[in-house]
Amino acid sequence: MINFKNIHKRFGKLVVLDDLNLEVSEGGVFAILGPNGSGKTTLIKALLGMVIPEKGEILYNGKSVLKQWEYRNNLNYLPQIANFPANLTVTELVEMVKNLRPSKTNEEELIKLFGLTPFLKQKLGNLSGGTKQKVNIVLAFMFDSDLIILDEPTTGLDPIALIYLKELIQKEKELGKTILITSHIMSFVEEMSDEIVFLLDGKIYFKGTIEAIKKQTESATLEVAIANLIKKQYV
Amino acid sequence: MFKILKYSVYDLLRSRWSYVYFVFYLMLGFVLLFLNNDMNKAIITLMNIIIVLTPLIGTIFGVMYYYQSKEFTELLLAQPIKRSKIFMGQYLGISLSLTLSLVLGLGIPFMAYGLFKSSAIFDFSLLLLVGAFLNFIFVALSYNISLSTENKIKGFGYAILMWLFLAVIYDGLFLISLVLFNEYPLDKFSLAATMFNPIDLSRILILLKLDISALLGYTGAVFKNFFGTGLGMLSSISILFLWVFIPVWNIIRKANKKDF
Repeated sequence: MINFKNIHKRFGKLVVLDDLNLEVSEGGVFAILGPNGSGKTTLIKALLGMVIPEKGEILYNGKSVLKQWEYRNNLNYLPQIANFPANLTVTELVEMVKNLRPSKTNEEELIKLFGLTPFLKQKLGNLSGGTKQKVNIVLAFMFDSDLIILDEPTTGLDPIALIYLKELIQKEKELGKTILITSHIMSFVEEMSDEIVFLLDGKIYFKGTIEAIKKQTESATLEVAIANLIKKQYV
Repeated sequence: MFKILKYSVYDLLRSRWSYVYFVFYLMLGFVLLFLNNDMNKAIITLMNIIIVLTPLIGTIFGVMYYYQSKEFTELLLAQPIKRSKIFMGQYLGISLSLTLSLVLGLGIPFMAYGLFKSSAIFDFSLLLLVGAFLNFIFVALSYNISLSTENKIKGFGYAILMWLFLAVIYDGLFLISLVLFNEYPLDKFSLAATMFNPIDLSRILILLKLDISALLGYTGAVFKNFFGTGLGMLSSISILFLWVFIPVWNIIRKANKKDF
Protein backbone atom coordinates (compact mmCIF):
# COMPACT_ATOMS: atom_id res chain seq x y z
CA MET A 1 0.00 0.00 0.00
CA ILE A 2 2.82 2.36 0.93
CA ASN A 3 6.22 2.03 -0.56
CA PHE A 4 9.24 4.08 0.46
CA LYS A 5 12.06 3.64 -2.04
CA ASN A 6 15.62 4.82 -1.33
CA ILE A 7 14.47 7.81 0.69
CA HIS A 8 17.24 10.19 1.61
CA LYS A 9 16.73 13.29 3.70
CA ARG A 10 19.09 15.57 5.53
CA PHE A 11 18.56 18.73 7.55
CA GLY A 12 21.73 20.69 7.11
CA LYS A 13 24.53 18.29 7.98
CA LEU A 14 22.32 15.91 9.90
CA VAL A 15 21.25 12.89 7.87
CA VAL A 16 17.78 12.00 9.09
CA LEU A 17 16.75 9.35 6.60
CA ASP A 18 19.54 7.41 4.98
CA ASP A 19 18.61 5.47 1.86
CA LEU A 20 15.54 4.06 3.54
CA ASN A 21 13.38 1.36 2.00
CA LEU A 22 10.12 0.32 3.57
CA GLU A 23 6.97 -1.36 2.44
CA VAL A 24 3.73 -1.24 4.38
CA SER A 25 1.07 -3.67 3.28
CA GLU A 26 -2.62 -2.97 3.35
CA GLY A 27 -4.66 -3.54 6.51
CA GLY A 28 -3.56 -3.75 10.13
CA VAL A 29 -1.69 -1.64 12.62
CA PHE A 30 1.90 -0.84 11.77
CA ALA A 31 4.10 0.76 14.43
CA ILE A 32 7.18 2.84 13.70
CA LEU A 33 9.53 2.82 16.68
CA GLY A 34 12.89 4.31 17.43
CA PRO A 35 14.71 6.58 19.87
CA ASN A 36 14.28 10.35 19.81
CA GLY A 37 15.56 11.87 16.62
CA SER A 38 15.66 8.60 14.72
CA GLY A 39 13.57 9.97 11.86
CA LYS A 40 10.10 8.61 12.68
CA THR A 41 8.27 11.90 12.27
CA THR A 42 10.34 12.85 9.23
CA LEU A 43 9.38 9.56 7.58
CA ILE A 44 5.70 10.24 8.24
CA LYS A 45 5.96 13.83 7.11
CA ALA A 46 7.63 12.71 3.90
CA LEU A 47 4.65 10.50 3.20
CA LEU A 48 2.36 13.45 3.88
CA GLY A 49 4.31 15.71 1.57
CA MET A 50 5.31 18.07 4.38
CA VAL A 51 8.96 17.12 4.19
CA ILE A 52 10.46 16.82 0.74
CA PRO A 53 13.11 14.09 0.43
CA GLU A 54 16.25 14.79 -1.56
CA LYS A 55 16.26 11.43 -3.18
CA GLY A 56 13.88 8.55 -3.53
CA GLU A 57 10.30 7.81 -4.30
CA ILE A 58 7.22 7.30 -2.17
CA LEU A 59 4.30 5.37 -3.57
CA TYR A 60 0.83 5.31 -2.08
CA ASN A 61 -1.46 2.75 -3.71
CA GLY A 62 1.05 2.47 -6.53
CA LYS A 63 1.16 6.19 -7.32
CA SER A 64 3.95 8.59 -6.49
CA VAL A 65 3.03 11.14 -3.83
CA LEU A 66 5.85 13.61 -4.38
CA LYS A 67 4.51 17.01 -5.44
CA GLN A 68 0.98 15.60 -5.44
CA TRP A 69 -1.87 16.51 -3.14
CA GLU A 70 -4.98 14.61 -4.28
CA TYR A 71 -3.86 11.44 -2.50
CA ARG A 72 -4.28 13.21 0.83
CA ASN A 73 -8.04 12.89 0.33
CA ASN A 74 -7.54 9.28 1.24
CA LEU A 75 -5.52 9.59 4.42
CA ASN A 76 -5.98 11.02 7.90
CA TYR A 77 -3.17 12.44 9.97
CA LEU A 78 -2.84 13.06 13.67
CA PRO A 79 0.10 15.44 14.23
CA GLN A 80 2.44 14.98 17.16
CA ILE A 81 1.88 18.38 18.70
CA ALA A 82 -1.65 19.65 18.67
CA ASN A 83 -1.31 23.36 18.04
CA PHE A 84 -4.34 25.04 16.63
CA PRO A 85 -5.17 28.66 15.80
CA ALA A 86 -5.87 30.06 19.27
CA ASN A 87 -8.66 32.38 18.14
CA LEU A 88 -10.95 29.65 16.81
CA THR A 89 -13.47 27.66 18.82
CA VAL A 90 -13.58 23.86 18.62
CA THR A 91 -16.72 23.92 16.47
CA GLU A 92 -15.23 26.47 14.09
CA LEU A 93 -12.08 24.41 13.65
CA VAL A 94 -14.03 21.23 12.93
CA GLU A 95 -16.28 23.07 10.48
CA MET A 96 -13.28 24.60 8.79
CA VAL A 97 -11.49 21.31 8.26
CA LYS A 98 -14.75 19.80 7.00
CA ASN A 99 -15.14 22.70 4.63
CA LEU A 100 -11.63 22.23 3.26
CA ARG A 101 -12.24 18.58 2.69
CA PRO A 102 -15.78 17.88 1.64
CA SER A 103 -16.48 14.24 2.35
CA LYS A 104 -18.58 12.26 4.80
CA THR A 105 -17.68 12.79 8.46
CA ASN A 106 -18.75 11.36 11.80
CA GLU A 107 -17.42 14.04 14.13
CA GLU A 108 -20.56 14.16 16.31
CA GLU A 109 -20.07 10.59 17.41
CA LEU A 110 -16.40 11.23 18.21
CA ILE A 111 -17.08 14.46 20.07
CA LYS A 112 -19.58 12.60 22.24
CA LEU A 113 -17.20 9.69 22.77
CA PHE A 114 -14.38 11.91 24.03
CA GLY A 115 -16.71 14.11 26.08
CA LEU A 116 -15.87 17.27 24.17
CA THR A 117 -19.40 18.65 24.05
CA PRO A 118 -18.86 21.17 26.91
CA PHE A 119 -15.76 22.54 25.15
CA LEU A 120 -17.28 23.10 21.72
CA LYS A 121 -17.81 26.83 22.16
CA GLN A 122 -14.45 27.43 23.83
CA LYS A 123 -11.45 28.90 22.10
CA LEU A 124 -8.71 26.42 21.31
CA GLY A 125 -6.13 28.61 23.01
CA ASN A 126 -7.86 28.07 26.35
CA LEU A 127 -7.99 24.27 26.23
CA SER A 128 -5.69 22.01 28.24
CA GLY A 129 -3.12 19.86 26.47
CA GLY A 130 -5.15 16.67 26.86
CA THR A 131 -8.34 18.28 25.61
CA LYS A 132 -6.48 19.65 22.60
CA GLN A 133 -5.22 16.16 21.89
CA LYS A 134 -8.81 14.90 21.98
CA VAL A 135 -9.79 17.55 19.43
CA ASN A 136 -6.79 16.42 17.43
CA ILE A 137 -8.06 12.84 17.54
CA VAL A 138 -11.53 13.89 16.45
CA LEU A 139 -10.06 15.71 13.45
CA ALA A 140 -7.94 12.71 12.52
CA PHE A 141 -10.68 10.10 12.80
CA MET A 142 -13.69 11.97 11.48
CA PHE A 143 -12.98 11.23 7.82
CA ASP A 144 -13.34 7.81 6.30
CA SER A 145 -9.94 7.07 4.72
CA ASP A 146 -7.98 3.92 3.93
CA LEU A 147 -4.91 5.12 5.78
CA ILE A 148 -4.68 6.66 9.24
CA ILE A 149 -1.37 8.08 10.44
CA LEU A 150 -1.00 8.66 14.16
CA ASP A 151 2.08 10.46 15.45
CA GLU A 152 2.30 9.93 19.23
CA PRO A 153 -1.47 9.59 19.67
CA THR A 154 -1.39 8.93 23.41
CA THR A 155 0.25 12.21 24.48
CA GLY A 156 -1.64 13.84 27.34
CA LEU A 157 -4.62 11.52 27.30
CA ASP A 158 -6.30 10.39 30.51
CA PRO A 159 -6.81 6.62 31.03
CA ILE A 160 -10.42 6.64 29.86
CA ALA A 161 -9.64 8.58 26.71
CA LEU A 162 -6.80 6.16 26.10
CA ILE A 163 -9.19 3.20 26.28
CA TYR A 164 -11.53 4.91 23.83
CA LEU A 165 -8.64 5.63 21.51
CA LYS A 166 -7.62 1.98 21.56
CA GLU A 167 -11.19 0.93 20.82
CA LEU A 168 -11.28 3.41 17.97
CA ILE A 169 -8.08 2.05 16.46
CA GLN A 170 -9.37 -1.50 16.88
CA LYS A 171 -12.60 -0.61 15.13
CA GLU A 172 -10.81 0.99 12.20
CA LYS A 173 -8.51 -2.00 11.94
CA GLU A 174 -11.47 -4.35 11.74
CA LEU A 175 -12.78 -2.25 8.87
CA GLY A 176 -9.64 -3.25 7.00
CA LYS A 177 -7.86 0.05 7.26
CA THR A 178 -4.14 0.60 7.50
CA ILE A 179 -2.99 2.41 10.62
CA LEU A 180 0.50 3.80 11.00
CA ILE A 181 1.51 4.64 14.57
CA THR A 182 4.56 6.10 16.21
CA SER A 183 4.76 5.92 19.98
CA HIS A 184 7.15 5.70 22.88
CA ILE A 185 4.60 3.89 25.03
CA MET A 186 5.65 0.29 24.48
CA SER A 187 2.68 -1.29 26.23
CA PHE A 188 0.43 0.62 23.85
CA VAL A 189 2.40 -0.56 20.85
CA GLU A 190 2.50 -4.14 22.09
CA GLU A 191 -1.24 -4.15 22.59
CA MET A 192 -2.21 -2.49 19.33
CA SER A 193 0.23 -3.31 16.58
CA ASP A 194 0.52 -6.25 14.22
CA GLU A 195 3.90 -5.36 12.85
CA ILE A 196 6.68 -3.04 13.92
CA VAL A 197 9.62 -1.36 12.28
CA PHE A 198 12.53 -0.06 14.30
CA LEU A 199 14.37 2.99 13.00
CA LEU A 200 17.85 3.94 14.11
CA ASP A 201 19.91 6.78 12.64
CA GLY A 202 17.64 7.03 9.66
CA LYS A 203 17.90 3.37 8.76
CA ILE A 204 15.63 0.43 9.31
CA TYR A 205 17.10 -1.72 12.01
CA PHE A 206 14.34 -4.22 12.34
CA LYS A 207 11.09 -5.02 10.61
CA GLY A 208 8.74 -7.78 11.64
CA THR A 209 6.27 -8.96 14.23
CA ILE A 210 6.56 -8.31 17.94
CA GLU A 211 7.21 -12.01 18.54
CA ALA A 212 10.12 -11.90 16.14
CA ILE A 213 11.81 -8.92 17.80
CA LYS A 214 11.45 -10.52 21.24
CA LYS A 215 13.01 -13.67 19.93
CA GLN A 216 15.83 -11.86 18.16
CA THR A 217 16.81 -9.85 21.21
CA GLU A 218 16.03 -12.67 23.64
CA SER A 219 13.76 -10.40 25.66
CA ALA A 220 10.59 -11.21 27.53
CA THR A 221 8.71 -8.03 26.67
CA LEU A 222 8.70 -5.56 23.82
CA GLU A 223 9.88 -2.83 26.15
CA VAL A 224 13.02 -4.73 27.07
CA ALA A 225 13.56 -5.74 23.44
CA ILE A 226 13.42 -2.14 22.25
CA ALA A 227 15.55 -0.98 25.16
CA ASN A 228 18.15 -3.55 24.13
CA LEU A 229 18.13 -2.23 20.60
CA ILE A 230 18.43 1.40 21.70
CA LYS A 231 21.15 0.60 24.22
CA LYS A 232 23.44 -0.37 21.37
CA GLN A 233 23.23 3.21 20.15
CA TYR A 234 24.42 4.63 23.46
CA VAL A 235 27.43 2.38 23.77
CA MET B 1 -7.31 28.90 -2.61
CA PHE B 2 -10.38 31.01 -1.98
CA LYS B 3 -11.28 28.94 1.05
CA ILE B 4 -7.88 29.65 2.59
CA LEU B 5 -8.18 33.28 1.56
CA LYS B 6 -11.58 33.46 3.21
CA TYR B 7 -10.27 32.00 6.46
CA SER B 8 -7.22 34.26 6.51
CA VAL B 9 -9.33 37.37 5.98
CA TYR B 10 -11.84 36.13 8.54
CA ASP B 11 -9.06 35.42 11.02
CA LEU B 12 -7.48 38.85 10.47
CA LEU B 13 -10.78 40.68 10.66
CA ARG B 14 -11.25 39.16 14.08
CA SER B 15 -7.88 40.31 15.24
CA ARG B 16 -7.63 43.59 17.09
CA TRP B 17 -4.79 44.90 14.94
CA SER B 18 -6.80 45.21 11.75
CA TYR B 19 -9.12 47.55 13.60
CA VAL B 20 -6.31 49.52 15.17
CA TYR B 21 -4.89 50.02 11.70
CA PHE B 22 -8.28 50.97 10.28
CA VAL B 23 -9.01 53.43 13.08
CA PHE B 24 -5.54 54.91 12.69
CA TYR B 25 -6.15 55.73 9.03
CA LEU B 26 -9.63 56.96 9.82
CA MET B 27 -8.28 59.39 12.38
CA LEU B 28 -5.37 60.36 10.16
CA GLY B 29 -7.75 61.19 7.34
CA PHE B 30 -10.00 63.33 9.51
CA VAL B 31 -7.14 65.13 11.24
CA LEU B 32 -5.33 65.92 7.98
CA LEU B 33 -8.45 67.26 6.35
CA PHE B 34 -9.25 69.28 9.44
CA LEU B 35 -5.75 70.75 9.69
CA ASN B 36 -5.14 71.40 5.99
CA ASN B 37 -8.68 72.35 5.21
CA ASP B 38 -7.80 71.60 1.62
CA MET B 39 -8.06 68.25 -0.06
CA ASN B 40 -5.06 68.65 -2.36
CA LYS B 41 -2.76 69.62 0.46
CA ALA B 42 -4.07 66.78 2.59
CA ILE B 43 -3.28 64.37 -0.22
CA ILE B 44 0.34 65.50 -0.39
CA THR B 45 0.77 65.11 3.36
CA LEU B 46 -0.95 61.77 3.18
CA MET B 47 1.38 60.64 0.43
CA ASN B 48 4.39 61.20 2.62
CA ILE B 49 2.81 59.15 5.38
CA ILE B 50 1.48 56.34 3.19
CA ILE B 51 4.76 55.87 1.41
CA VAL B 52 6.61 55.12 4.62
CA LEU B 53 3.89 53.64 6.77
CA THR B 54 2.14 51.13 4.51
CA PRO B 55 5.41 49.32 3.80
CA LEU B 56 6.15 49.17 7.52
CA ILE B 57 2.72 47.85 8.44
CA GLY B 58 2.76 45.42 5.51
CA THR B 59 6.14 44.11 6.63
CA ILE B 60 5.15 43.67 10.26
CA PHE B 61 1.80 42.09 9.46
CA GLY B 62 3.33 39.75 6.93
CA VAL B 63 5.98 38.45 9.31
CA MET B 64 3.63 38.30 12.30
CA TYR B 65 0.95 36.45 10.41
CA TYR B 66 3.35 33.91 8.98
CA TYR B 67 4.84 32.96 12.34
CA GLN B 68 1.55 33.10 14.17
CA SER B 69 -0.26 30.87 11.72
CA LYS B 70 2.56 28.37 11.40
CA GLU B 71 0.72 25.61 13.22
CA PHE B 72 -2.39 26.31 11.25
CA THR B 73 -0.36 26.11 8.06
CA GLU B 74 0.94 22.72 9.15
CA LEU B 75 -2.60 21.56 9.74
CA LEU B 76 -3.50 22.72 6.24
CA LEU B 77 -0.47 21.05 4.69
CA ALA B 78 -1.75 17.65 5.79
CA GLN B 79 -5.07 18.31 4.09
CA PRO B 80 -5.70 17.62 0.43
CA ILE B 81 -4.80 21.12 -0.75
CA LYS B 82 -2.05 22.17 -3.09
CA ARG B 83 0.84 23.86 -1.30
CA SER B 84 0.97 26.93 -3.47
CA LYS B 85 -2.73 27.49 -2.88
CA ILE B 86 -2.26 27.55 0.89
CA PHE B 87 0.43 30.20 0.72
CA MET B 88 -1.23 32.25 -1.99
CA GLY B 89 -4.47 32.19 -0.03
CA GLN B 90 -2.72 33.43 3.10
CA TYR B 91 -0.73 36.04 1.22
CA LEU B 92 -3.76 37.44 -0.54
CA GLY B 93 -5.71 37.31 2.70
CA ILE B 94 -3.25 39.57 4.52
CA SER B 95 -2.69 41.91 1.60
CA LEU B 96 -6.38 42.30 0.93
CA SER B 97 -7.37 42.90 4.53
CA LEU B 98 -4.60 45.49 4.92
CA THR B 99 -5.73 47.18 1.72
CA LEU B 100 -9.29 47.10 2.98
CA SER B 101 -8.25 48.90 6.17
CA LEU B 102 -6.38 51.48 4.11
CA VAL B 103 -9.13 52.11 1.58
CA LEU B 104 -11.93 52.26 4.13
CA GLY B 105 -9.92 54.14 6.73
CA LEU B 106 -8.94 56.91 4.34
CA GLY B 107 -11.94 56.67 2.05
CA ILE B 108 -14.52 57.42 4.72
CA PRO B 109 -13.10 60.80 5.85
CA PHE B 110 -12.37 61.94 2.31
CA MET B 111 -15.83 60.93 1.15
CA ALA B 112 -17.34 62.78 4.06
CA TYR B 113 -15.36 65.81 2.97
CA GLY B 114 -16.86 65.69 -0.50
CA LEU B 115 -14.33 63.72 -2.51
CA PHE B 116 -16.73 62.89 -5.29
CA LYS B 117 -17.47 66.54 -6.01
CA SER B 118 -13.81 67.48 -6.01
CA SER B 119 -11.25 67.31 -8.79
CA ALA B 120 -8.86 65.54 -6.43
CA ILE B 121 -10.64 62.22 -6.85
CA PHE B 122 -8.09 60.88 -9.35
CA ASP B 123 -5.14 61.95 -7.25
CA PHE B 124 -6.75 60.34 -4.25
CA SER B 125 -7.49 57.09 -6.09
CA LEU B 126 -3.93 56.95 -7.30
CA LEU B 127 -2.77 57.42 -3.72
CA LEU B 128 -4.89 54.48 -2.62
CA LEU B 129 -3.68 52.43 -5.58
CA VAL B 130 -0.08 53.09 -4.61
CA GLY B 131 -0.88 52.24 -0.99
CA ALA B 132 -2.41 48.97 -2.14
CA PHE B 133 0.64 48.23 -4.28
CA LEU B 134 2.94 48.87 -1.34
CA ASN B 135 0.84 46.53 0.81
CA PHE B 136 1.06 43.73 -1.73
CA ILE B 137 4.77 44.30 -2.31
CA PHE B 138 5.84 44.44 1.29
CA VAL B 139 3.67 41.59 2.51
CA ALA B 140 5.23 39.50 -0.27
CA LEU B 141 8.74 40.58 0.66
CA SER B 142 8.21 39.86 4.33
CA TYR B 143 6.65 36.48 3.49
CA ASN B 144 9.81 35.70 1.57
CA ILE B 145 11.89 36.57 4.59
CA SER B 146 9.82 34.57 7.05
CA LEU B 147 9.68 31.55 4.74
CA SER B 148 13.45 31.41 4.69
CA THR B 149 14.00 32.17 8.39
CA GLU B 150 13.02 29.54 10.92
CA ASN B 151 13.76 31.76 13.92
CA LYS B 152 10.92 34.17 14.68
CA ILE B 153 13.04 36.91 16.21
CA LYS B 154 15.59 36.79 13.40
CA GLY B 155 12.85 36.87 10.78
CA PHE B 156 11.30 39.87 12.44
CA GLY B 157 14.67 41.61 12.59
CA TYR B 158 15.48 40.97 8.94
CA ALA B 159 12.06 42.19 7.86
CA ILE B 160 12.39 45.44 9.79
CA LEU B 161 15.88 45.90 8.41
CA MET B 162 14.54 45.44 4.91
CA TRP B 163 11.94 48.14 5.52
CA LEU B 164 14.50 50.45 7.07
CA PHE B 165 16.81 49.92 4.15
CA LEU B 166 14.22 50.62 1.47
CA ALA B 167 12.49 53.45 3.30
CA VAL B 168 15.45 55.31 4.75
CA ILE B 169 18.94 53.99 4.06
CA TYR B 170 18.46 53.53 0.33
CA ASP B 171 17.73 57.20 -0.21
CA GLY B 172 20.76 58.16 1.83
CA LEU B 173 23.07 55.90 -0.18
CA PHE B 174 21.50 57.19 -3.35
CA LEU B 175 22.14 60.80 -2.38
CA ILE B 176 25.70 60.07 -1.32
CA SER B 177 26.41 58.40 -4.64
CA LEU B 178 24.90 61.33 -6.51
CA VAL B 179 27.18 63.72 -4.64
CA LEU B 180 30.26 61.51 -5.01
CA PHE B 181 29.83 60.92 -8.73
CA ASN B 182 28.41 64.26 -9.73
CA GLU B 183 31.00 64.66 -12.45
CA TYR B 184 29.52 61.77 -14.36
CA PRO B 185 26.21 61.63 -16.19
CA LEU B 186 23.86 60.10 -13.66
CA ASP B 187 20.54 59.99 -15.48
CA LYS B 188 20.60 56.31 -16.28
CA PHE B 189 21.96 55.39 -12.90
CA SER B 190 19.32 57.28 -11.00
CA LEU B 191 16.58 55.87 -13.21
CA ALA B 192 17.73 52.36 -12.46
CA ALA B 193 18.25 53.11 -8.79
CA THR B 194 14.68 54.34 -8.50
CA MET B 195 13.28 51.25 -10.12
CA PHE B 196 15.02 49.07 -7.59
CA ASN B 197 13.15 50.68 -4.74
CA PRO B 198 9.36 50.37 -4.71
CA ILE B 199 9.03 53.19 -2.21
CA ASP B 200 10.88 55.68 -4.40
CA LEU B 201 8.98 54.46 -7.38
CA SER B 202 5.63 55.03 -5.67
CA ARG B 203 6.67 58.49 -4.60
CA ILE B 204 7.58 59.45 -8.14
CA LEU B 205 4.42 57.93 -9.51
CA ILE B 206 2.27 60.10 -7.26
CA LEU B 207 4.32 63.22 -7.78
CA LEU B 208 4.14 62.79 -11.54
CA LYS B 209 0.39 62.69 -11.27
CA LEU B 210 0.21 65.60 -8.87
CA ASP B 211 2.57 67.48 -11.18
CA ILE B 212 4.43 69.25 -8.40
CA SER B 213 7.85 69.80 -9.83
CA ALA B 214 9.15 71.33 -6.62
CA LEU B 215 8.76 68.00 -4.86
CA LEU B 216 9.92 65.77 -7.68
CA GLY B 217 13.59 65.99 -6.79
CA TYR B 218 16.42 64.84 -9.01
CA THR B 219 15.16 61.35 -9.89
CA GLY B 220 11.64 62.56 -10.45
CA ALA B 221 12.89 65.19 -12.86
CA VAL B 222 14.99 62.62 -14.70
CA PHE B 223 12.01 60.34 -14.83
CA LYS B 224 9.82 63.06 -16.23
CA ASN B 225 12.36 64.09 -18.81
CA PHE B 226 13.03 60.56 -19.85
CA PHE B 227 9.50 59.24 -20.07
CA GLY B 228 7.22 62.27 -19.96
CA THR B 229 4.31 62.26 -17.53
CA GLY B 230 2.09 59.69 -19.27
CA LEU B 231 4.74 57.14 -20.15
CA GLY B 232 6.48 57.77 -16.83
CA MET B 233 3.38 56.81 -14.92
CA LEU B 234 2.74 53.81 -17.08
CA SER B 235 6.27 52.51 -16.74
CA SER B 236 6.37 53.07 -12.99
CA ILE B 237 3.08 51.19 -12.58
CA SER B 238 4.40 48.30 -14.64
CA ILE B 239 7.54 48.16 -12.55
CA LEU B 240 5.39 48.14 -9.41
CA PHE B 241 3.59 45.14 -10.91
CA LEU B 242 6.94 43.43 -11.32
CA TRP B 243 7.68 44.25 -7.70
CA VAL B 244 4.57 42.26 -6.76
CA PHE B 245 5.01 39.39 -9.20
CA ILE B 246 8.64 38.54 -8.58
CA PRO B 247 8.38 38.17 -4.78
CA VAL B 248 5.08 36.30 -5.13
CA TRP B 249 6.62 33.92 -7.62
CA ASN B 250 9.47 33.43 -5.19
CA ILE B 251 7.01 32.67 -2.35
CA ILE B 252 5.55 29.83 -4.41
CA ARG B 253 8.98 28.57 -5.37
CA LYS B 254 10.24 28.66 -1.78
CA ALA B 255 7.07 27.18 -0.32
CA ASN B 256 7.20 24.25 -2.71
CA LYS B 257 10.70 23.37 -1.56
CA LYS B 258 10.35 23.96 2.16
CA ASP B 259 10.13 21.25 4.83
CA PHE B 260 7.57 21.66 7.58
